[in-house]
Amino acid sequence: MQRIGVFVCHCGTNIAATVDVKAVAEALQHEPGVVISKEYQYMCSEAGQNLVKDAIKEYNLSGIVICSCSPRMHENTFRKAAASVGLNPYLVEVANIREQCSWIHKDMEEATEKAIILGRAAIAKVHLNAPLTAGESPVAKRALVIGGGIAGIQTALDIADAGFDVDIVEKEPTIGGKMTQIDKTFPTLDCAACILTPKMVECSQNEKIHIHSYSEVSDVKGFVGNFTVTIKKKARFVDETKCTGCGLCTEKCPQKKVPNLFNLGLDYRRAIYIPFAQAVPKVATIDADYCNMLKNGKCGVCAKVCSAGAINYEQKDEYIEQKYGAIIVATGYNPIKLDKYDEFAYSQCPDVVTSLELERLMNAAGPNGGTLLRPSDKSHPHTIVFVQCVGSRCDDSKGKPYCSKICCMYTAKHAMLIREKYPDTDVYVFYIDVRTPGKNFDEFYRRAVEQYGVHYIKGMVGKVTPKSDGKIDVQASDLLSNEQLHIDADMVVLATAIEPDKTARPLATMLTASMDTNDFFTEAHAKLRPVESPTAGIFLSGACQGPKDIPETVAQAGAAASKAIGLLCKDSITCNPCVAHSDELMCNGCSSCEKVCPYGAITYLDKEFRMPDRTTKIRRVASVNPAVCQGCGACTVACPSGAMDLNGFSNSQIMAEVDAICK
Amino acid sequence: MQVNENKDFEPVIVAFCCNWCSYAGADLSGTNRLNYPANVKIIRVPCSCRVNPMFILRAFQKGADGVILCGCHPGDCHYTSGNYYARRRMTLLFSMLDFLGIERDRTRVEWVSAAEGAKFAATMNEFVESVKKLGKNRRLEDLRCRKQ
Amino acid sequence: MDNKLKEQVLRSSQVNVLKCMRCGKCSGTCPSYDEMEYHPHQFVYMVEKGDIEKLMNSKSIYKCLTCFACVDRCPRDVQPAKIVEAVRLAAIRQQGNNHLIPDQIPSMLDEELPQQAIVTAFRKYTK
Repeated sequence: MQRIGVFVCHCGTNIAATVDVKAVAEALQHEPGVVISKEYQYMCSEAGQNLVKDAIKEYNLSGIVICSCSPRMHENTFRKAAASVGLNPYLVEVANIREQCSWIHKDMEEATEKAIILGRAAIAKVHLNAPLTAGESPVAKRALVIGGGIAGIQTALDIADAGFDVDIVEKEPTIGGKMTQIDKTFPTLDCAACILTPKMVECSQNEKIHIHSYSEVSDVKGFVGNFTVTIKKKARFVDETKCTGCGLCTEKCPQKKVPNLFNLGLDYRRAIYIPFAQAVPKVATIDADYCNMLKNGKCGVCAKVCSAGAINYEQKDEYIEQKYGAIIVATGYNPIKLDKYDEFAYSQCPDVVTSLELERLMNAAGPNGGTLLRPSDKSHPHTIVFVQCVGSRCDDSKGKPYCSKICCMYTAKHAMLIREKYPDTDVYVFYIDVRTPGKNFDEFYRRAVEQYGVHYIKGMVGKVTPKSDGKIDVQASDLLSNEQLHIDADMVVLATAIEPDKTARPLATMLTASMDTNDFFTEAHAKLRPVESPTAGIFLSGACQGPKDIPETVAQAGAAASKAIGLLCKDSITCNPCVAHSDELMCNGCSSCEKVCPYGAITYLDKEFRMPDRTTKIRRVASVNPAVCQGCGACTVACPSGAMDLNGFSNSQIMAEVDAICK
Repeated sequence: MQVNENKDFEPVIVAFCCNWCSYAGADLSGTNRLNYPANVKIIRVPCSCRVNPMFILRAFQKGADGVILCGCHPGDCHYTSGNYYARRRMTLLFSMLDFLGIERDRTRVEWVSAAEGAKFAATMNEFVESVKKLGKNRRLEDLRCRKQ
Repeated sequence: MDNKLKEQVLRSSQVNVLKCMRCGKCSGTCPSYDEMEYHPHQFVYMVEKGDIEKLMNSKSIYKCLTCFACVDRCPRDVQPAKIVEAVRLAAIRQQGNNHLIPDQIPSMLDEELPQQAIVTAFRKYTK
């Protein structure tokens, strides 16, 4: 016979104000199996927990029901309390009479009645609870960082510092990401390369960090502590171990008309290339779409000039399989495509550029060697118009609904840099709002206005028209003086919205990590767990989780690293014992459960069974790997013979709850 | 016993809520003090796909007047695909109930995320209203199960 | 504040003025801006405030070309041109005798009447 204890919490007045807790305790006292029913002001407090513990010892309870707040809040508290006095923690059930009763009802009688029914359902369930023991699964002491931008680099460095091996997978030939393309950083105006490249070198020199550049994650299996990841190393047709990065091949290659993606297509590179001088690893890569040798077998110049003999036209994609304990996603962002915004004439006029293109145009290593010239005729621009919020803060049908966060600041930076270097240039910034929350951010923006004389105009550009004389007519509204302006500009710079990288969505599917409608990864809790994905063992770093600037990215990267280290430090992790299990005697081996399992936790065994006539028979039966099973219960419903059941939420337990509620 | 269906009828409604989204959504509507009728009693399940059509039939057999199943939005399932399974199973179950002559409004599947406390409350208000209009569930209730 | 007029404008335009984030792109894009006393963004704002009489008495409502550039370019999909159209309609309504009664319509139609005129009349007088 079960000996159940019921504990009803007042939660101060949160519950007691609308639920007659004394009546609830009294009513539940008479339920079958209940030997003690008590109420107390704060059950979760030290004194309340002691009350529960004492009762377990005194009455030798075999199960307890706590009528209190949501189990999402304090289920663990009471489980721990029960475990501390020797009661299996899974013999604790919580009836939610705060969030789902006292807080939503106003009528005392009605709420009390509902609280009693909820208590009854929990008692009915706890009658059928079985003691469960959580299993343990080992943790692979290695982390995978997906994406080698500043977020990935910082995360990898921090994890390596703690003494764990880290692999970085980067889809481009070099790590560094977007920050390598940026000229200067706000609000201090220090040069991006000067602060980033030492970190890149640190990565390549740290023996704990292994860089897989020009690689992609092609498959992820397993679960927290025990991921098996397949990494596809794309053929770069150059032997990484032999290439010295001398760059001779990149000068001799006869294929000169390849758009240079590092400079966003503003100039050309060869078919064999090193993205930029400080690339890590500094290894050449052949662009198979343009290489004459790979396309039609004629050329071979690079192989001839390479003294190291590193060129290998036969190289194939290579697949590496590796075990990881934790995975950190740092896939970053991209500016959106602007083909939907014809009014800004981006695709018609070369002098209308995005902000990232402007970064390259102003960069000393960029197409113009650092002199700001118009892309169309290489002349010096005298009037430059900046347009903010291009594609950001839009209705869903027109662009991105969110604020891209970084544009206000980098536009102020661009305006300031241009005014400083070319004081004869007029700079106009059309803004809707200037958003500068951040340390020294607003001061920075004010400096652009007050010190550098940048013209900030509240209003939006409606139309950009390239004129025959090479000038660009910018038609905009000035809301504060209530007039429509026409500016004869030489260049227009669009503060383009940013969006998550296109590879993020398929990656999320592989990782079973959740995403929001904008393809940003969602965090486990918006406020309290901002760097973890709801999927255990997956951590989020940088702009893959939402738009952010460099300091924020670095902060988040460090936070993600420390969370991952916390996981990697453990030798094993406790598994959720509420997993599925199959009754071998009932299972007929039909494979229905295997097909619905999203984790591949179910396998089939051929087992010997003794038959009533003393013969033996080999039957195929399902077997669940408790370390892989996450306990969703999909298999329990798919099973036609009812052999599959879920610990903690068994068929009989849920039925008992249904019965208790409908009674 | 004659039930007055118009005014005093208080339906018994069972709501199955998945632990990750809808149960949290229900908690949120409590945290925000959004009212919905006390007729609704929530049963926590790990995922909407844990709900066996049997549970729903059992509820009706035991005298429930309406059953609602809440899960994460399509694509947001904590277990990747559980809510898709639930959606298919419920489509089949509901068409069977339809065939048996059970009013379509007695059963419902709704996607409620952990952030949609307001939606949870609104859905429950609406659902209770529509079940109230239908009156007592007579067809599926097993009179032997009725409390004396 | 004339709430009745505001409601009428909102209903006949089907526009949610609260979506406006005051960027002024509608006015930045408007080809008849210089002709207008009140500009597209002001239309949206003044309707939100319920300041409709002023708009109705202004020549601006007849200066709008209904080119829909503002509708096309508004980032928040507010559709200012539809507001202007609705205010124009309110002005026409105020002069009276401007509602079509369905039963009377067949007698008004004749073979010569262009299709477009019928459609326009429906749009103007039946909302």
